[in-house]
Amino acid sequence: MLVKATDMGVRRGERWIIRHVDLTVDRGQLIYLIGANGAGKSTCAKAILGLLAIDEGSVERIPALKVGYVPQRLALSPTLPLTVRRLMTLTERFPSSRIESALAAVGLHRLGDPPVTTLSGGEFQRLLLARALIHRPDLLVLDEPAQGVDMAGSGVLLDLIQDIRRDLQCGVLLISHDLHAAMSSGDDVVVLVPHEHDERSVGLVDPYTGAARQGSGQN
Amino acid sequence: MLDDFFIRALLAGIGLAMVTGPAGCFIVWRRLAYFGETIAHSALLGVAIAVLVDLHLVIGIFVTAALVVLAMYYLERRDTLPTDTLLGLLSHGGLAVGLVLLSFFPNMRVDLQALLFGDILAVSHTDLAVIWGGGVLALGLLWWIWRPLLAATVSPDLAVVAGLKPERAQLVFGILLAAVIAAAIKIVGVLLIVALLIIPSASVRRFAASPEQMAAGAAVVGMTAVAGGLFASATFDTPSGPSIVVTALVLFILTRLGRTLPAGDAR
Repeated sequence: MLVKATDMGVRRGERWIIRHVDLTVDRGQLIYLIGANGAGKSTCAKAILGLLAIDEGSVERIPALKVGYVPQRLALSPTLPLTVRRLMTLTERFPSSRIESALAAVGLHRLGDPPVTTLSGGEFQRLLLARALIHRPDLLVLDEPAQGVDMAGSGVLLDLIQDIRRDLQCGVLLISHDLHAAMSSGDDVVVLVPHEHDERSVGLVDPYTGAARQGSGQN
Repeated sequence: MLDDFFIRALLAGIGLAMVTGPAGCFIVWRRLAYFGETIAHSALLGVAIAVLVDLHLVIGIFVTAALVVLAMYYLERRDTLPTDTLLGLLSHGGLAVGLVLLSFFPNMRVDLQALLFGDILAVSHTDLAVIWGGGVLALGLLWWIWRPLLAATVSPDLAVVAGLKPERAQLVFGILLAAVIAAAIKIVGVLLIVALLIIPSASVRRFAASPEQMAAGAAVVGMTAVAGGLFASATFDTPSGPSIVVTALVLFILTRLGRTLPAGDAR
C-alpha cells in the first residue's frame, strides 16, 4: 500500500466537494479516477497528496513517500524565462545525466533546450510528466494529463504512462474523463459521483465485468 | 565634482540596486507590483511612528512595512475580499493614518519632499552601513529561499509535493521586500521605489534565458540606472529619485528598440 483514503470528505463552507471516498493505490498499480466535471476529481487528488486538509475520514501515506505530481493546470507567467531543462530542476537539483534520461523517457531528449513557452500542448504535457518522474516517485498522480492533446497524442501518453509504471514499479493515480481507456487498462477504476445525490459518492467498477461494487480499492 | 556625499549616495544606490534587481524579478514574475506599492505607502506611517517613539527612520519604516506584510499574509488567508482590495485598504489606510499622525507634530521637521522622491544629500555613513549590511543579508536570504520561491512562482502545489516550504519562502520574501523598501527611501523615495524594482527586470526579460540570468541582468541594469541617474542629478541639479527612474526608463526603452522577438517568447 502506498496511499489509502478511507471515508475521505472535503467540505467548502456547508457544501461537501467530495464525501465517503475510499481509495487505495498499491505499488505497481494503475488506478483510474473518473467522474463528471465538478465531481471533485482534482480535489480528491489534492486531498490524497496532502495539499488540501480533509474534513472527514482519513488519508494514510507510507512514510517518506515520494510523489510525482502533474497538476491539471500550470499557467506559466510569460515574464519568467524557463527552458525545458531548467524546469526539470525546479524543485531539486539533478545531475544532467538524470535530466537526459527523464527527458528520453518521454521522447523529448532531442528537443534541445528551448523556452517552455514554445512547446506544443502535447510536448508540454510530456515535459510535465518527465519533471514528475525525474524524482523517481513511488506514486505518480496525474490530473488529466491528456487534456489539450489529440486522440493520437493521448494514446501515446497512455502508453508512456504504462511504460513508466513498469520501469519505476510505481503506483499511478490517473484522473481522466476517458471511461473506455480506464476500463481497458486500469487495475481499478474509482468513479466519483457528484455529491448532490447524497449517497456514498464512490463506487468501484470492476474493469473486467463493468459491474459497480462498493468497498476498498483492492484488486 | 565627486564630493563625499555624492560617493556615499552612489555606493548606497549601487548596494540597493544589487538587491532590487533580483527581488524585482519576483515582483514581475508573481505580479506583485501593487503589493510593493502598498509596502512603500506604509512607509509614511513608519515615518510617523519613528518620529513618535524616536527611532531611526529606516528602522521605523522597516518595522511598519514588515507589520503590513504580516497583516496581508494573515488577511489573505482569513478574508474573502480580493487581494487588490485588501492591498488598497492597507496601502491608503496606512498612508492616511501616517499623514494624520504627522500633523500632530507641527514642530517636527519631516521633509515630505525628500521622503517621496529621495534625497541624495541625506545619505549618511550610518545609512551606507545599514544599506550594505542589509543588502548582503538580503541577498543571502534570497539565495536561501530561491528554489522554493521560484517553484512556488510556477506552482505552489508542485513545491509542496516536492517537500519544499513555499509559504515560508513567500513570507521571508515579503519581509525582505519590506527591508529593501525601507532602505530605498533615501535614494529614490516612497513614490518611486517600485519603479526601481520592476523597470530593470522588465528591461532584461527578453535577453534572459533563465531566471538566474534575468536576476543578475536586472541587478546590472539597476546599478547602471542608479549611477547614471545620480550623475544626471548632480549635473542638472534634478531630484535624485526621479533622475534614477528616468535613467532606468531610458534603458528600458533602449532595450525595446532592437529586433523584436518571435511571438510568444516575451510579452
